[in-house]
Order: sequence, then C-alpha cells, then structure tokens
Amino acid sequence: MNEQININSCPVPQTEYDRILMAHGGGGKFSKNLLEQYIYPLFDNEILSQKHDSAIFEISNTKFAFTTDSFVVNPIYFPGGDIGKLAVYGTVNDLSVAGAKPVFISLSFIIEEGFPIEDFKKILLSIKQATEIADVKIITGDTKVVEKGSCDKIFINTTGIGIIENQIEINPSKCKAGDKIILSGSIGEHGISILVSRNNFELETNIESDTAPLNSLVEKIINVSKNIHMMRDPTRGGLSSCLNEIAQSAKVGMLIYEDKIRIREDVKSICELLGLDPLYVANEGKLVVIVDSKDADLVLNTMRQHPLGKDSQIIGELIEDQFNLVYMKTIIGTTRIVDMISGEQLPRIC
Amino acid sequence: MKFIDEYRNADDSKRIVDKIKNILRHNWYIMEICGGQTHTILKYRLEEILPEKITLLHGPGCPVCVTSVEFIDKAIQLSFHKDVILTSYGDMLRVPGTKYSLLYSKSIGANVKTIYSPIDALKLAKDYPDKKIIFFAIGFETTAPATASSIIQARKMGLKNFFVLCAHVLVPPAIEILLKSQLTKIDGIIAAGHVCTVMGFKEYIPIAKKYKVPIVVTGFEPNDLLLGIFMTVKQLEEGRYDVENQYKRAVREEGNMSAKKIMFDVFEVVDRKWRGIGFINNSGLKIKKEFEDMDAEKVFSLNTQIDEIDTECIAGLILQGIKKPVDCLNFARKCTPENPLGAPMVSSEGSCNAYYKFGSVKINN
Repeated sequence: MNEQININSCPVPQTEYDRILMAHGGGGKFSKNLLEQYIYPLFDNEILSQKHDSAIFEISNTKFAFTTDSFVVNPIYFPGGDIGKLAVYGTVNDLSVAGAKPVFISLSFIIEEGFPIEDFKKILLSIKQATEIADVKIITGDTKVVEKGSCDKIFINTTGIGIIENQIEINPSKCKAGDKIILSGSIGEHGISILVSRNNFELETNIESDTAPLNSLVEKIINVSKNIHMMRDPTRGGLSSCLNEIAQSAKVGMLIYEDKIRIREDVKSICELLGLDPLYVANEGKLVVIVDSKDADLVLNTMRQHPLGKDSQIIGELIEDQFNLVYMKTIIGTTRIVDMISGEQLPRIC
Repeated sequence: MKFIDEYRNADDSKRIVDKIKNILRHNWYIMEICGGQTHTILKYRLEEILPEKITLLHGPGCPVCVTSVEFIDKAIQLSFHKDVILTSYGDMLRVPGTKYSLLYSKSIGANVKTIYSPIDALKLAKDYPDKKIIFFAIGFETTAPATASSIIQARKMGLKNFFVLCAHVLVPPAIEILLKSQLTKIDGIIAAGHVCTVMGFKEYIPIAKKYKVPIVVTGFEPNDLLLGIFMTVKQLEEGRYDVENQYKRAVREEGNMSAKKIMFDVFEVVDRKWRGIGFINNSGLKIKKEFEDMDAEKVFSLNTQIDEIDTECIAGLILQGIKKPVDCLNFARKCTPENPLGAPMVSSEGSCNAYYKFGSVKINN
C-alpha cells in the first residue's frame, strides 16, 4: 500500500512523430499539422494559400475551381453507397462548396492483385450512375494494379474541374459576426453506417450513408442569394472540425445550439453505446452554409424545398471572439467549447 | 431516447440546482470517481450552474489513465511477438508506456487492432487459427465480467490461440486510499453507476461509515449528476453519511449476481499498481490458476524490468483530486491531446482531456 503521493507519474511520450500515424489522415488536428508543418510552407503560393476545398483561379476571364481527393473506404460497399459513388460525389461536393458548377472529373484506380472483375464492374456501373446524377463527365483516368497486400482491395482518386459562372465570392474573409450558420440535415449517418457495416459488433440498424451530390442544392441557394459567405461539406472530422476550420480561416467565433442540431435517434443510440460524439462523425451529403443574417431565412427556405435540404436548420451564428473558437449552448443551457477532433475517433471511413 | 433525453432536460436541471441552493449552507468538496461522469460534468459545464460553495473533485476513474506503465510496456512487447495480434480498446492504444504507445508500435510493424469488446478478439482467434490473439484487458468492475466471459467462452470453443493480458482493477480499495490520504479533501462521494450496476453497493456501506463520508451511486446524464450532487449535499447538511442510490433505474443493492459470479469464477483479487497512485492492496484482478493457459503473462516470455521516468506531469495528483488539470503549469501549453505529457490528457475519459476539450479558456503558448 502506498500512502505517499507519487507526483511524477507519467513518462514523456513521443512529442515529435517520425512516422505517419492513422490519426494524420483523420481530418482533425493531426491532419492540419501535417499540412501546415510540411506541405503549405514548401509549396506556398497565392492559390494554395486559399486553403479551400477547391483551388479557385482565373484563365481568360473565366473562373475555375479545381480539386482532388482519394477514396480508401473500408468496406467498399456499405448501406447507402459504395466507394465508386463516394469518389464521384466527394469531388463534386468539393467543387460545389466553392460555388462552382462541376463539369469534368478524372478517375484513377489503384487495384490490388486478385480483386474480382465482377466487383470492378459493379463499382464502374455505380460511378457511371453517379456521374449521370451529378451531371459531370469523366474525361481522363488511370489504372494501376499492385501486388496483393500492397493496398486494400481498391483505392480511387478523382480530380475535378468546375466553372464559377456567377459573381458570387465564397471566401472566409467575407464571414462576419452576425452571419447565420445553416446545416442541411441530420449528422453522423455516413460514419455510423460504415462502422456498423464493418461488422465489428452485432447491431441491426437501418442507417444508410447520406452520400449525395450537393451541386443542385448549392445551385439553388446561389441563385437566390448573393450573400453566401462560406460553404463546406462536413466530411472527415465531422461537423465540429468543419466549423472549427471555418472559424479559424475566417477569424471569427461561432455559437451553435445543441438542440438545433438534428441527429437521428438510431445514430444517437449507437453513438451513446460506443461512446462516440456525433459532432465528430463523418457525413458525405450534408452542407454547412454561412450566410448574411438578412438572407438567412430566404436561404433556409430555399434549402428546405430541395430533397437534400428538407431538414435544414439555422444551428447558430458567427460571433466576435479573439480565440476563433466554436462554442455550443448545451441543451441544459450552459456553454462549452466544441473543439476540432484530435487524432481519430473512428477508424478510416472515407 | 428513453432513459437518456429525460435526464438532459433544462427545466429539470434548473429545478435541481434551485433545490441544491435552498439547502446549501456550507462549503463542500464532492468527488466523482468515474471518468465518464467527469466527462459529463465538463461536457455540460455543470460547474457553471452549481453554487460556488460546491467544489467538484475529479477522481481516479479513468480505466485507461490508471493502467500502469508496466502493463503498457508488456502489451507493447507482446505486440512484437511472432504471429501475435494484440487487441485492446481504442483509447488504450494511444497511451504511452515508457517509450511509446501501442499505436506507435503498430506504425513500426507490430500487429495491433482496436476492438470494441473481447468478443471481437474471440472472433479473431476463431478466424485466424494460425495467429495468437492477445486481448489487453483493462478497466474496472464494469469491463471485467466481459473479459471473464470471453475466457470461459474460449475454453468452451476449444480455442488454443486466445490469451488475455489482465490489468483489471477494483474501485472500492482506491476510494479507501483517497479517503485515508491527508492530501485529499473529500466530504462526499459520487459513486460510479456502471461499476455499481455490476457490483451493487453493499461494499460501500462500511466505507461510508468508517470515513464518515456520504456516498451516492449516480448515473451519467447531466441531471443524474445534479441529482447525485443534491443527494450528497443533503446528507452533508444533515450530518448523515449513508450510501444512497440515485441510479435506481440501473443499479440494485446486490448488483448483477451472474456477472459477479462469472468474474470471480475466472479472476482472483491481488495487489495492483495504479498509474499515478502506486500499489493498492487487493485492488486488482488476476486470472486464476485453472485458466492460466490463457494468461498472456504466464504463456509468453516478458521482460518486466521497467523504470518509470520522472516527468513534469502531475497526473498522480490529478487522479486523486488533489489538483485540477488547470492547476498544472503545462496544461494546454506543453500538454495538449496532440502532445500529451500524461495519460489523463490522452484518454477520452481523462480529466485533462475533458478540461481541454470542453474548457472555457484556451491558453496559447
């Protein structure tokens, strides 16, 4: 028995990681550090430093948006979608939230030796269907095959080009205190559907991924308001990381209301069961819009008329805050900070 | 959600806080033992609405934080054994041993997997007969029955490749250590609902009497905590020190008899070292002789010579409620979830992590 108090009880862990951990791909602080410590300083230029989901640039008086993304989801089929659909919609959405109309995408595969042709055909058909729904064309691509064990079944990279046709400028610098935050629907469905379909535990649910192309929803709201200041789709790292990224790049604070954030009962139950916070769980078909308060109701009502935005809510507003933090008014009336995810909450999901 | 949403109601919270204010006369120090409860207190910022006369102390109830460095180093050693898949709960993989964590050992080639229950480890053992599956079992009375059950199940299934590195600990002996300590100031205790769901609360009755401290078994929602605090304050103001049960919807006095039986069929009580606190008599669970063919410590060769390194982390004081995370000079400066100096900042049930995640002030370097 030890009556004495042991003050110095913890060893110092690694402070500098000399290897990439899974957490570096989790969409939270580790991912941010990787970008800010190694990538941005080395390739610094005026377009990269916009730090948008898409790069925006002008050629011959036409404004373009350009983005790329890789998809390594496991499992490759899940309720509500598959890796092919995700690869198309993910890139379409990155272009859409920059205010662009997605036009062309590229499609590159890295396939593990032994992958069934039947599955490859299934994924190709899913991609074809997704491009038709999102109204984009695949105009180039690549295929590589690697030895068994060198990758996990199939990885897909898509790159997209979109055109910004109107005068709207989606830019964090336009955000200001008083702007409203609109969220297009309930959160957490993609991440939880992936988790359940991994079959780590025996849970029977009807939760489907919300994987969807956001371009038609975005087009509708851009047409009704010139005062949309920022848009994002809250994917890896969930709603909390998305809001924190906007707050930091826009140099504002945020106040959101817990009772305004919709979470399906079954998603909430699984999160409770597994000790997960739905604010950090990934989505693949949701939209966060920061809009001037004078147009907030107009944009909200427009979103609610679209099938992907029928459950839209104003979930909070931008506030002045020197720390650029996201605060939440809890359901019992107290206020707490909503921080960006640190490390991984879930294994790899998108 | 039934049994959850009704305990997160703002009107009820206000009513309970008003009841506390009406009876409160003195300053009281109340300790919640469980990390999950600490998490709720910080997540819902309960201290914002509680009267200043109540000081909440956060106890050693984070299963990840109290697991000793020696055990983590043993798990890391095992993860590098030939044909081994080392499995454990997510947070445990992030906590450093002497040199690094299991997640880091995974990144340099060890076979480490996150699982949600020991059943997942059993499944792995069945699916990969040529591998040796080791489950690194941590936690209090809450997780111990599931570990015990997996051992019995493995025996029934005839699995020869399933092993357990058993680091389970028991709560009541740790409470006694805190109550005996001259450095800890505890007037009342909020006991962890989940532990009592398994164990019941009979064993708390002699502790409450011996140390003259009221103990209230409490749930995990914000209004559970507020009610538990009200019941504790009421006893304190009336000069009583009984064991009461706020969490009646889940906890019976005798606990869950079948879970207790399975636990003590498989485990025996031993002295155990707690991270930050030291050895506590009769506070650990060890696999009994008849199941030692599944005891990873017996089956695999391990080097157990481990020296703890002194650092600037005051986790020991924080785990015992002597200091709060914000009293630490390194908190949110040198010590953050990305660069933790100790387990309470790493684990999602750790006090420092909860303070950092939900705290109202961020301190810049």
